[in-house]
Amino acid sequence: MPKRNDIEHVLVIGSGPIVIGQAAEFDYSGTQACRVLRAEGLRVSLVNSNPATIMTDPEFADATYIEPVTPEYVEKVIAAERPDALLATLGGQTALNTAVALHERGVLEKYGVELIGADIDAIQRGEDRQKFKDIVRDVGGDVPRSAVCHSMEEVRKTVAEVGLPVVIRPSFTMGGLGSGMAHTDEELERLASVGLEESPVTEVLIEESVLGWKEYELELMRDRHDNVVVVCSIENVDAMGVHTGDSVTVAPAMTLTDREYQHMRDVGIDVLREVGVDTGGCNIQFAINPADGRMIVIEMNPRVSRSSALASKATGFPIAKIAAKLAIGYTLDEISNDITGETPASFEPTLDYVVVKVPRFAFEKFPGADPMLTTTMKSVGEAMSLGRSFPEALGKAMRSMETKRVGFWTQPDPEGATLESTLEDLRTAHDGRLYAVERALRLGGTVAQVHEASGIDPWFVDQIALIGEVGAEVRDAPVLDQQLLRRAKRTGLSDRQIASLRPELAGEDGVRTLRHRLGVHPVFKTVDTCAAEFEARTPYHYSAYEADPAAETEVAPQPERPKVLILGSGPNRIGQGIEFDYSCVHAALALREAGFEAVMVNCNPETVSTDYDTSDRLYFEPLTFEDVLEVVRAEQSSGTVAGVIVQLGGQTPLGLAQRLADAGVPIVGTPPQAIHLAEDRGAFGDVLRSAGLPAPAYGTATSFEGAKRIADEIGYPVLVRPSYVLGGRGMEIVYDEASLAGYIQRATEVTPEHPVLVDRFLDDAIEIDVDALFDGEELFLGGVMEHIEEAGIHSGDSACALPPITLGRTDLEQVRRCTEAIARGVGVRGLLNVQYALKDDVLYVLEANPRASRTVPFVSKATAVPLAKAAALLMTGMPITELRERGVLPPEGDGGQLPVDAPVAVKEAVLPFHRFRTPEGHGVDSLLGPEMKSTGEVMGVDTSFGTAFAKSQAGAYGSLPVSGKVFVSVANRDKRSLVFPVKRLADLGFEVLATSGTAEVLRRNGVPCTVVRKHYQGSGEDEPNIVEVILDGGVDMVINTPYGNSGPRVDGYEIRTAAVSRGIPCVTTVQGAAAAVHGIEAVIRGDLGVRSLQQLQASLRDGS
Amino acid sequence: MSGTRTPAALVLEDGRIFRGTAYGAQGRSLGEAVFCTGMTGYQETLTDPSYRGQIVVQTAPQIGNTGWNDEDDESSRVWVAGYVVRDPARTPSNWRATRSLDDELRAQDVVGIAEVDTRTLTRHIREHGAMRAGVFSGDALASPDDMVAEVLASPPMKGADLAGQVTTDKPYVVAAEGERRYRVAALDLGIKSNTPRQMAKRGIEVHVLPASSTLDDLLAVEPDGVFLSNGPGDPQTQTHAIELTKQVLGRQMPLFGICFGNQILGRALGLGTYKMRFGHRGINVPVLDADTGRVAITAQNHGFALEGEPGQRFESPFGAAKVSHYCANDGTVEGLRCADVPAFSVQYHPEAAAGPHDANPLFDEFVTLMEKSK
Repeated sequence: MPKRNDIEHVLVIGSGPIVIGQAAEFDYSGTQACRVLRAEGLRVSLVNSNPATIMTDPEFADATYIEPVTPEYVEKVIAAERPDALLATLGGQTALNTAVALHERGVLEKYGVELIGADIDAIQRGEDRQKFKDIVRDVGGDVPRSAVCHSMEEVRKTVAEVGLPVVIRPSFTMGGLGSGMAHTDEELERLASVGLEESPVTEVLIEESVLGWKEYELELMRDRHDNVVVVCSIENVDAMGVHTGDSVTVAPAMTLTDREYQHMRDVGIDVLREVGVDTGGCNIQFAINPADGRMIVIEMNPRVSRSSALASKATGFPIAKIAAKLAIGYTLDEISNDITGETPASFEPTLDYVVVKVPRFAFEKFPGADPMLTTTMKSVGEAMSLGRSFPEALGKAMRSMETKRVGFWTQPDPEGATLESTLEDLRTAHDGRLYAVERALRLGGTVAQVHEASGIDPWFVDQIALIGEVGAEVRDAPVLDQQLLRRAKRTGLSDRQIASLRPELAGEDGVRTLRHRLGVHPVFKTVDTCAAEFEARTPYHYSAYEADPAAETEVAPQPERPKVLILGSGPNRIGQGIEFDYSCVHAALALREAGFEAVMVNCNPETVSTDYDTSDRLYFEPLTFEDVLEVVRAEQSSGTVAGVIVQLGGQTPLGLAQRLADAGVPIVGTPPQAIHLAEDRGAFGDVLRSAGLPAPAYGTATSFEGAKRIADEIGYPVLVRPSYVLGGRGMEIVYDEASLAGYIQRATEVTPEHPVLVDRFLDDAIEIDVDALFDGEELFLGGVMEHIEEAGIHSGDSACALPPITLGRTDLEQVRRCTEAIARGVGVRGLLNVQYALKDDVLYVLEANPRASRTVPFVSKATAVPLAKAAALLMTGMPITELRERGVLPPEGDGGQLPVDAPVAVKEAVLPFHRFRTPEGHGVDSLLGPEMKSTGEVMGVDTSFGTAFAKSQAGAYGSLPVSGKVFVSVANRDKRSLVFPVKRLADLGFEVLATSGTAEVLRRNGVPCTVVRKHYQGSGEDEPNIVEVILDGGVDMVINTPYGNSGPRVDGYEIRTAAVSRGIPCVTTVQGAAAAVHGIEAVIRGDLGVRSLQQLQASLRDGS
Repeated sequence: MSGTRTPAALVLEDGRIFRGTAYGAQGRSLGEAVFCTGMTGYQETLTDPSYRGQIVVQTAPQIGNTGWNDEDDESSRVWVAGYVVRDPARTPSNWRATRSLDDELRAQDVVGIAEVDTRTLTRHIREHGAMRAGVFSGDALASPDDMVAEVLASPPMKGADLAGQVTTDKPYVVAAEGERRYRVAALDLGIKSNTPRQMAKRGIEVHVLPASSTLDDLLAVEPDGVFLSNGPGDPQTQTHAIELTKQVLGRQMPLFGICFGNQILGRALGLGTYKMRFGHRGINVPVLDADTGRVAITAQNHGFALEGEPGQRFESPFGAAKVSHYCANDGTVEGLRCADVPAFSVQYHPEAAAGPHDANPLFDEFVTLMEKSK
């Protein structure tokens, strides 16, 4: 059945900002879809508010709307573009929910738009829990006993029948938000009421517990000819009870007999047909009782999901790409398998390797949050690895995490750990539980004991026991000979792990030297979808150690084109996300076009960079020194490596630069010595001094006394932080001596080796972020962003505007001069990011990062200049003049000289506070500070700041209110500056609520307001306190600026968490409040139109 | 893998040697090296009589994870000549498992080898074709030249008549489940247990007959239809089965053949057969129905195939026939259908075991065919 010829124009909906449960995988799937549809000659329009994505690059669609993914805005796009069809199954739950809303509002019917991929009925059947269970029963499948409840009374009645424990799952939420497991009546009350609240339709499913059962997923695809294939099976190492996104998972399923697997396949296919997903992918989750094999169906996603991205990377079968082709009418047998080139997509991939995915968490960012893993997803990213066995793949995945622990034995056991205490640990799921499995076995536990305590299948436990045994052999052998070393490597042990086991080998370097001397290297195998049955055309490689020293490596010689290796950014985490992947992908595209062979190294399965289509060669490998070095070796033996790019993947590759250079690997772009100059505080200070640039005064302390002395000298407030930080980890602004003492006390790791840095904090300064290119001679100012929040909020969490809205021409010139001086002083070749604080007309340098920053994609989209592409070419030796000639950069001018009528772009951060709760079930504080907490971002772009800001808010949180009640409670120092914006809100018709102190100031300035009780005052008679008012829905927006430390002691904490749990805008800075007022005015004026990026950029180019 | 590690070698007839450690029984075993790409179902694979005389290489790297149970055998014993894996499981885990795969291989005296780089081996077989090989371990391990010489002295698969070695000695009956609606005479060329079971489910009483059975033996059970099973070896050697098939066709009796049976029917219709380079052995093979264009994902195990083109129609001594199914990967003939006699066959395994059940409805077609001919 060939392509449908009645579709000429498709609208694709993306998934919006990166949030927990919906991350980069939808950029991967959406990008594939856009590529495929355009290659088929269709016009593609796209809506996605996330600027950090590849899919929102103007070349991937005919019309790219960086607008909020809400029914209101998508309707505007439909009205403007009039597409024939809407494809919403590749943009996660957000896109699917938006499509359902558009259908319900009659928009699709009004504009004659056909929903392709899955129709509304199929979506409802897949997502509505009761309908879905009925379907499973109809096709002869089994489901847990359960009932759908709409009130707490119904919940209690159901539990009386089913018995505790039960699982609570709210309907229509993504990533399992609000779901959980209740073991006691108390937990039931708490979780079920939260669940009812989180569900947009106030509906939860109460279900018989299958806790401890084996958990599986199947990824299926169906075409309109009713052909169905199972692309991949995935088995969770963590038993039922842990969200699959938070589980360690393995592909293919490892512990099923063929009978069990085929039964699962049969039921999966029957369910898929009955639900009626016409074309495209879906995933279905199953649980199997390990005691008797009873299999039940848990749930289904009638769309491409996080697991589909994983399955695509795990098998080489590009689910999203094929889903897009199926949606426009092709059948599976008409689509060719890219990898073999000669066989069709109508087959089931078979693997001759094992894939392991390990989730990455960020609990350290949210003090007080409950770190127990439940059915609500909490991880912020993941790494995947491939090996020829589970132990090998597990070792690689664990060292891909880039945490302190990089595999077994690399960190000491918790103090006082015994077998009993470790088995007790295993009873609850938490981050790094496999470390406890290994420890329990090492302390004398049996496979049976560990299985009983953890619910982890004995086969997996035994595989970890095998790793332990090999580790013990390595530790105890008199001599580490070739055979044993090979065996250790084959079992997945890294050089670092071996170094931990054999201290006499002088660390990782010593182990590597020995290993190389003994000739023990990995071979590189290929992901080919078919276990080598057919030849693979795509060089998608992974490393493996074989017992046979003569094992074959599959890296093909390529002597013609010089190779450039791009090191990716590893698992997504807070502070290092999809933005860095964006830069890596751009580099690959630019280098390929310039005639280089682009070689990507990365371990993040969610990303576009790990799509085998992106680069000439893909190595799916951990970004550790050892693994990267072996890739370099493999590539050097297959051709000429011109260089390795370390500055686009964030801090991860940058941290490897010096060691790679020391090992003789050519680093292109900013050399490691220059990186050191920017990263080392003392050296950077010297650079600034010699250039005559001011920086905030600072000092280093190893005790409270020392810190106090510095603080007294430079004056409060001060910014304190540990000397080694990632993403602002452990940073705090301290306003007085008592808080300083508190900080030092909490910072347990203060030692002479790990001192605390005390910086003068520039209160009320404007923070400026700059991305620039430097070729040694010329500076190209990519973009100058003005933060909306003041300095002190981590730049990743702060909203910002480009062009800067309040900076004057002289300010910009000063920024240009300073940036150039730094670039020259440090010795940058490529990208440079500098953060400044402007206070009292003095431009202070806060920090400089000689690498691509988080804002590169935002700047590129806002200014129509592909900065990362330019940087990649610059690093290979192309000067800025040539880049201008080639049209990569504009012929003249730069991002510091935008035309006056340039569109205004606002970036807003998206924060995950509502996903975390304390063990008692309270929310965690939503206060912003110097430590980054956001998971993603949106962009609002329009002709003026107010409208752009309003769009950014709509994209991030839901629209700003245009009427209703605003609650104001601010720190004393902010009261003066807030009078004006609050008065404006009152004039616009808002009712102002305030606590007594704030109310006093407002009233004196002629702003009418109602006094509300503070939280700590408790509720009075008939007079609820502010937290109760917010929770009751009595407030539409909160303006609350904090004073001092965050934490439960502060009243504001309760106010902010209440706002977050109600999902209402909560502004925590004076500048944010002013911007919100701008935005509200724009919304009230009603001039929020939609314009494609192509139109906006055309006006930019014409204007310059 | 703990304890002492006995060296072992897999020796190919072209002189290539893969080293590993002994697995299962130790000793020497000769056969044709072939690879199987199924990720599940090693127990069914090992007990499939079609693997008689073959050394099976599992491309899935970790084998034995679910142990061995008393229910999934496809025949009375393990048939493979030798077994090649990368990483055998140490602790089997499955609620039905009663013993480990290693135990079972030892108990049945199957010589295996582990820790082999099975991917390199598979690529070698893909490029150079399935070939004679030997697994040597323990005392049987000798110098490379001696081992290669032993391999070269073993009989090749082309021209091998193996069905007689795997067929049942005596006829036996698998009773219909519920009411008996039909009676089928199944010629056992290497039949798997799940085949009669699938027929029994549909109310068929299956009389499984030795490969040497005559037309009279067949007619003696008064069958409503005749079934030609799968089996090992070169179809060209099966003169008896081919002659018998011609007689069945001549009598207009409903006939259904699978795998080896497809080749027998094809030869009876006058088509030629050939030895494939490395065959189809896996549970993920896409087969296209030339009429409907629909795809079935099938279980396959064959090293020989029928000559023919997708959709090709041809005249046979028994009237018109056509190539009804073909492989979406490489165009191999996967099924035949006669227009003038009630006979059809497929090159794959509708009984699966191991493998997907997409082709299972073919047994219903057989029932329909018998119903029509009644």
